[in-house]
Amino acid sequence: MSGKPRLTYLNGRGRMEPVRWLLAAAGVEFEEIFLETREQYEKLIKDGVLMFQQVPLVEIDGMKMVQTRAILSYIAGKYNLYGKDLKERALIDMYVEGIADLMQMILVFPFSPPEAKDKNLDSIKERATNRYFPVFEKVLKQHGQDFLVGNKFSWADVQLLEAILAVEEKVPAVLSGFPQLQAFKIKISNMPTIKKFLQPGSPKKPPPDDCYVEKVFKVFKK
Amino acid sequence: MSGKPKLHYFNGRGRMEPIRWLLAAAGVEFEECFIETKDYLTKLQTDGSLLFQQVPMVEIDGMKMVQTRAILSYIAGKYNLYGKDLKERALIDMYTEAMMDLSELLMSYPFQPEDKKEQHLANAVDKAINRYFPVFEKVLKDHGQDFLVGNQFSRADVQLLEILLMAEECKPDILAKFPLLQQFKAKTSNIPTIKKFLQPGSQRKPLPDEKDIQKARKIFF
Repeated sequence: MSGKPRLTYLNGRGRMEPVRWLLAAAGVEFEEIFLETREQYEKLIKDGVLMFQQVPLVEIDGMKMVQTRAILSYIAGKYNLYGKDLKERALIDMYVEGIADLMQMILVFPFSPPEAKDKNLDSIKERATNRYFPVFEKVLKQHGQDFLVGNKFSWADVQLLEAILAVEEKVPAVLSGFPQLQAFKIKISNMPTIKKFLQPGSPKKPPPDDCYVEKVFKVFKK
Repeated sequence: MSGKPKLHYFNGRGRMEPIRWLLAAAGVEFEECFIETKDYLTKLQTDGSLLFQQVPMVEIDGMKMVQTRAILSYIAGKYNLYGKDLKERALIDMYTEAMMDLSELLMSYPFQPEDKKEQHLANAVDKAINRYFPVFEKVLKDHGQDFLVGNQFSRADVQLLEILLMAEECKPDILAKFPLLQQFKAKTSNIPTIKKFLQPGSQRKPLPDEKDIQKARKIFF
């Protein structure tokens, strides 16, 4: 037993990816167990390891944590990525929750029926361009600092970079109207821990493909 | 300007109800501004009051807070309803996140189209009885305390009570196999601030009726 956090999920992004990002950003090494079969998943449930019979599961500091947001909040709190006080925390929470809504659209996209894919892609582009990115562009412009909250690197910066890259994979020119976000993307990508995570061979997972979608159905029987 | 938090939402439960519960549980008086028409929502969206153009929005401590979870976390932190340390917070978060998953199922039930209602309800009840309630029953059984976490009243207790009552509204005997949850419900309902909130005339909102559902559909969809 290593003392490193241990992540249990499929071998793909899904709901675990923001956790991988945040641990990596904090410079925390972690281990991963990948669910490949329905049997593996059922065994976890039978063993009582999954509090609500769901993954993500992160074993950390003696806890078997479930629920993505609970896990992310814990990691952010533990590694000082959650602002310096309640008000900074509130801002960070508002920002990450907004980004999570955008990321939810990307999360479910591979599972949309073929005839709905174009429409859903348009929705992602529309929301990113009109609802979410303008907010962060404005925040960065108004305070002129490198980081979203309190002039200090936080969970919000990690989450925003993840979202920018995820949207760019689908809408390559999405940042064309957002010069602050372009600069933000470069700066944050160059932070040592993030830079390492962005290199090949890191725990960062590739975009979901048909194989991944099949695996989801196979393991979770959705 | 009163200094009291001001809640902006429509006159119904929706995503604002857990916030009303938590403020009430903390003994905090609040004002409400009800969105009655689509025009008023549009006005809020265009005057920059809504960070992501959505409600709930709560004006509190000089902030215009949006995003239900962010608001709940802030209130819980401010009024000491979030455990004593990071680990208690983690437990509270795990519990409340699961409760929110169940709440989504229960809350959306009245808004389902007629032909989907029965199946939706069956799924919600199944998850309540087989996935969520057994966990909280066991938590209470294992430590034998009145509150879910750290032997101290927290947002997890408030949210659990809200969810138990919502579930009973869907299926009155849903707690039949959960004696400790029944006890929890009785004890927590008797906490003075909660008791007050459960009385008629409080700011607790009723189940949506057909008129409310149509109105919500017009404003939000």
